Parts: sequence; structure tokens; C-alpha cells
Amino acid sequence: MRESLHAEWTKLRTLASTFWLLLAAAALTVAVSAAAAAAVRCPSGGCADDPAKISLTGIYLGQAVVAVLAVMAVSGEYGTGMIRLTLAATPHRLTVLAAKAAVLTGLVLVTGTIAIFASLLAGGLILPGHGIGPSHGYPAISASDGPVLRAAFGSVLYLALIALLSLGAATALREAAAAIGAVLGLLYVLPIIAVFTGNATLSRHLEQIAPMTAGLAIQATTGLNTLPISPWAGLGVLAAWAAGALVLGGMLLRSRDA
Amino acid sequence: MTTITPSRPVARPAVADFAHLLHAEWTKFRTVRGWVIAVIVAVLVTVLLGLFQGSHSQVAPCITGPNGPACRYVIPAGPGGESVTDTFYFVHRPLAGDGTITAEVTSLTEVAESSQTLNGRPVSTKPAVVPWSKAGLIITAGSGQGSAYAAVLVTGSHGTRMQWNYTGDTPGLAGRVSAASPRWLRLTRAGDVITGYNSADGTSWTKIGTVTLPGLAPTVQAGLFATSPGYSQQTSQQLTSASGTAAPTDATATFDRVGLHGWPGSSWTGTFVKGGSNSPYVTGHEAGYRRAGSLFTVTGSGDIAPDVTDGVPIDVLFAGLFIALVAVLVVGAQFITAEYRRGLIRVTLAASPRRGRALAAKAIVLGAVTFAAGLAGAGAAVLIGIPLLRASGNPVYPATALTEIRVIAGTSALAAVFAVFALAVGAILRHGAGAVTVVITAVILPYLLTAAIPVLPAGAANWVLRVTPAAGFAIRQVIPAYPQVAASYTPFKDYFPLAPWAGFAVTCAWAALALALAAHFLRRRDA
Repeated sequence: MRESLHAEWTKLRTLASTFWLLLAAAALTVAVSAAAAAAVRCPSGGCADDPAKISLTGIYLGQAVVAVLAVMAVSGEYGTGMIRLTLAATPHRLTVLAAKAAVLTGLVLVTGTIAIFASLLAGGLILPGHGIGPSHGYPAISASDGPVLRAAFGSVLYLALIALLSLGAATALREAAAAIGAVLGLLYVLPIIAVFTGNATLSRHLEQIAPMTAGLAIQATTGLNTLPISPWAGLGVLAAWAAGALVLGGMLLRSRDA
Repeated sequence: MTTITPSRPVARPAVADFAHLLHAEWTKFRTVRGWVIAVIVAVLVTVLLGLFQGSHSQVAPCITGPNGPACRYVIPAGPGGESVTDTFYFVHRPLAGDGTITAEVTSLTEVAESSQTLNGRPVSTKPAVVPWSKAGLIITAGSGQGSAYAAVLVTGSHGTRMQWNYTGDTPGLAGRVSAASPRWLRLTRAGDVITGYNSADGTSWTKIGTVTLPGLAPTVQAGLFATSPGYSQQTSQQLTSASGTAAPTDATATFDRVGLHGWPGSSWTGTFVKGGSNSPYVTGHEAGYRRAGSLFTVTGSGDIAPDVTDGVPIDVLFAGLFIALVAVLVVGAQFITAEYRRGLIRVTLAASPRRGRALAAKAIVLGAVTFAAGLAGAGAAVLIGIPLLRASGNPVYPATALTEIRVIAGTSALAAVFAVFALAVGAILRHGAGAVTVVITAVILPYLLTAAIPVLPAGAANWVLRVTPAAGFAIRQVIPAYPQVAASYTPFKDYFPLAPWAGFAVTCAWAALALALAAHFLRRRDA
């Protein structure tokens, strides 16, 4: 396992795209978050806005880049034929998948922590000037606030789980474009369909099982009673999706020719 | 001795050449099993989800009326066929032939009702400003719901206006009416033609507008009216929580010196014109009128305007479209990135050294396939879905045949343009996963963040839907926004900031820009 970890780390580290994708994920997350915070106006006060959630808006875009990184970690090898060498070197195929998952998770956790805390910092600086701050009765965005801390660490875990979900999907589908299409479709389209149903019960159930809406419940710091699913349960739903994708990917990896 | 003439290829006409290219690209497309399956699945998903929507959605809220909950109600249709609200207090008398009605409005005040008691009366009322409360003179074909009419009226904060047949609206004098600054109103009927005037002093009159009500019966109902739409207070800029509260309001207007010229006198009748007990409209309960000589005080609630909130637009049947779009975007990008991955692009470009033409052939084949698939999917979803929606008790917002064609064909065309956009981005990036990510985040993510889970505030959301490729989704907007109806015209409520074809044009511009860049790079770079 240590050799596998080292091999996967070397492969990922020596690809120029890894660095650029991680940088893009962090930069886009922070940029979109700051833009969203700058766009919110609440001049008269009393808006039912959630300062922490607004400050973390960028995760909607950042997760797409994380998904690409994870998909390319597997599909890239299929594209170049490298996978045959990898599997020849490590005949126990699940070890390869586990090593990839571990290396990816580590990279995403580090990048995600930087991106999420930078986003919160930007939100904390921008939002009070727009009527959403402690002087207007909102909780300050600070690391000492329990729900904010939960939203922050939860968001980092969210990004890691998205990476694992994408890794599993890519292992199952192999083809990069199809895998990223499936992952982004799952993330972005299910919430749209939930809105379209127009049937409140059905819509709520969809939001409870859709990986993105359930997973991002972790970001809510106000109005917890209106959430479709409680924060940690929501992250659990995403974890179940990620686990399911990894199990499926692992089974197919073992049973198919590379 | 024989001279050898070098054989020269016979120059084929350019048109036949291009036809061969098209044929080659079509062959490539249809022989990749995954792409064909993806397109078929996209069509099936669009149709099946449309049918599911049609049979399972209960979009209209069930109204609890005096006879228990009622989920099936009929929204009246105006003379133009559009859904309307036709609820007001009417002090009227039948008038035959031509004539003129004049009155001086000296005040217009509104109150908002608090919560109601068990018997439906408000517990208390408090003064409010309702921008689109209305009171004035009206000539209507009858007191039935959706009758043709013309009216001159004063409003809460939009000045004096002439309105007719629910959608027509022309401004007159500005300013709010009061005892110190009254408004004189006049309506004149001559055959089918009704002219509205207003005046600040009763001596110098200005015409606001002239409207024709075709086929107006010889005897009409004319008189004074007052009405006031239920108001909603938006509690947050963040649309996620913009549920707000809707409360009924009442408007009370004082009319003085009511005069009729050319019409013989008869007694006035007061009627609360409104829909059946299942009417979904939020109306107040204090309606009626008092008369003291020529002084009338009329209180009413409701609105005489297009109804933009209660009908179910046919585009709710397009839930499956977004799944189909993901499939289309993936296939569109792969249509060229797969050639780069397999090296086939070198053969393609060797066969067609004019590289721009190869790209054009790909775009045409892809666009045509997507458009045809879109027509099949969206067409079936809408045409079968509408009867299903009606059967499950939803008041379907009436759409003209032209609107239905625009929604179906426009959405199919939009899918085709998105596919070409994906192809162009694929040609620029030459990387399947990268291209798919870029197009999905450019097309679906903006829609998600503005219209589905409104993370962005309304102002920012409108800008996103003006400038990103997602602007084209405006092509499927069914219910128009009316300036004379106060409603939440936000993307979350299916109102787009650009007109349908303008939004479509923005998406086309993105696709054209991407295609131009793709052609440029295709010529400049080695394959």
C-alpha cells in the first residue's frame, strides 16, 4: 500500500494540470464567494440571509474543478493507456483505487481548507459593509462560532467527498467526458428537477437524496429548521453517494479488462 | 512517342464537396453507439419526465374555501385569451348607446387586512400604500368574469391611467390623488370606440387614449369601481427566503360630481364582481358603497389585470430537458475531442484540408441531430403533458399556438445551439473532460444558481441571466411580465431578464464566438 500511495502521489504531483486545477478550484471558490458577498444588499436590515452560506457560494463552482481533478486521476490513465502499466505493477486493483482515493482526499482537503477559510475571510470583510454584519444583528463570521465552524469544516469535507464521488464515477465509466458529465449532471441537474416537480413533498424528498442539496445543508448556519435535511445527515447522504460510487467503481475495476 | 499528361484530379464542385463532408460527419456520428444511445436516452427522459410532471404535479395550491379545500379552479380568460383577474367593487347602471360619464376623484386610501377570524372577517386593518390600487370609471361589456372593458382610473402610486382589456395600459397625469389635488376622469363611448380623458381642475381636459372594443353590445354596464390587489412584502433580497407574506388589501375612493351626459338616468347598483368561491385571488372583505347626493364612497378589493401568478405554465413539463442537455453537451464536446484522442482528426483534416469546412460540417450535423431530437422530446412532452396537467386539476396558463411553437421549437433550437457551443469549446480545448466541465458550468450552473436554488440575490441573478450562455433559457418563458401587475418577476419565478428571442440571441452569440475561436485555432494549430 505504501508503494501504491507513493506511486499515485508521484503521478499526480508530476502532472502540471494537478497544480493548475487545484489553484483554479481554490481561486474560483474564493472569487465567486467574494462576488456573491459583494452582490448581496440588505440596506434596511432584517433580511433572512445566512452570512456563512453567502460567503461560501463559490463552492458551487469550485466543486466542478475538484470533480475534474478526480475524474482525470483515473480517466487520464485510461486515455493514455497508463492504466495497464499501473495495474500490472499493482495487481491488487483495489489497492490502486484506495491509494488514488487517499492521495486525492489529502490534496483536496488541503486545498479546500485554504479556499473555504479564504472565502469566509472575504465574506467577513465584505458583508458587514452591505448591511449583513454584527451591527445588524447577524452572527459574526468567526471561527469561534460553532455553526460557522461546522459550515467551514463541513464544506471542506464536502469537497473531499465530491472528489471521492467523482473518482468512483470515473473508475466505473472510464471515459473522462462521460464521467464528468455524469458527475456534474448528478450534482447540478437533480436540484433543478426538484424545483420543476412543483410537488412540495416530492421536491423535498429529491432535495434530501440529491448529493449537492443534501451535502450543502452543512453550510447553513441560520434557519436550520427549514432545511430539507439536517446538516450532518446531509453530509452523510453525500458520503453514501461517494461510497456507492467507489464500491461500484471498485467492483467494475476488478471485473473488467483494463 | 506518347506524351504523358500528368493526371489532375477533377475539381469537384464546392457544393458536392461539402455534401460529402456532411455525409462523412453524419456517418461518424451515427456509427458511435454511445452517442446514438445518449441521444435516444435524452429524448426518452425528456418525454417520460414530462409525462410524469403532467400526471403528478399539483402546482396550483389548494384553496380552502367555505366549502372545504378546492384544488380545481378556473382562472377567467380575458378577451385576448390570457388569464386574468377580474375582481372589483362596481357601482354601475346599464347604459344604452353613446354617451359620456364624468366624475371627480377626491381621495384614494388603502388598508391592509390583518389575519382573519373564523368567519373570514379581518381582525383589524392598518393603513397601507398599495402602488397598484385602482379606482375610477369603467365601461364594461358585462359583469361576467373576463368581460371586455375600458377604464380611466387613479392608482396608489402610479398616477392616473387608462386601462383596457386587462393588458392595455397608458399613463395619464402623474401624482397621487388627494382633496387638495383631485383628479377629474371622463370616459366617452361612440360605437365601439371609447376615449378616456383626465383633468386636474375639471375645465382643461387632456385625452389619455382611445381604444376600440370590437363588437361592444349596444347596452353596456358603466360606473364607478374600486379595487386593490393583495400585497406581498418581500422579507429578503436573498430569494431562498423570499416567501414573504401576502395580505388582502382594500381601497376606498371618494367620487364627487358624478355626471352622465347623453345617457338617461336610472338607479345605481352595487356589485362585488369576483370569481367563484374557488378564486385563488387574495381579496379583502370590506367591499361596498355609500351614496350621499352626488358623492359616492366605494370600497373594493381585488384587481382588474392579467393574472401572472395562478396559472401553470406549460414549461413545467421540461424537467427532463436538463438531463437531456447534459447528454447533449457531453456528446457535442466528444464529437470532436474523441477525434483528437483517437487521432482520427488527422484523417479528417487530411480529407478536408480546408479545416473551417470540416468544423462547419460537424456543427451542422450535430445541430441538426440535436434539433430533431429536441423537437421529438419537447414536442411529445408538451403535447401529451398539457392534457395530463389539465386532467390532474391544474389550471394551465393559456398559451397561444405561436407561444407553444416558440417554446417547443425554441427549446429544441436552444439545445442545438448548446450542442454546437460544446463542439466549439471541445475544438478549442481538445480535451473532453475539460470541455464538458466548461460548458456545463457555463450553461447549467448559472441557471441552477439563479432559477432553481436562488443562491444569488435578484439583481445579480438577472445579470447572470443576461450575459452567460444560460440567457437562452428565456426562450421557454410562457407567462409575460406586466409592469402594471406587482409580482415577484425573478428568475426563481420563471421570469427572465431578457425577452425570449433576445436571450436566445445571447446564447447564439456565445456559440458563434466559440465557433470563430475554434475555427481560428483549428487553422493555426497542428492537429
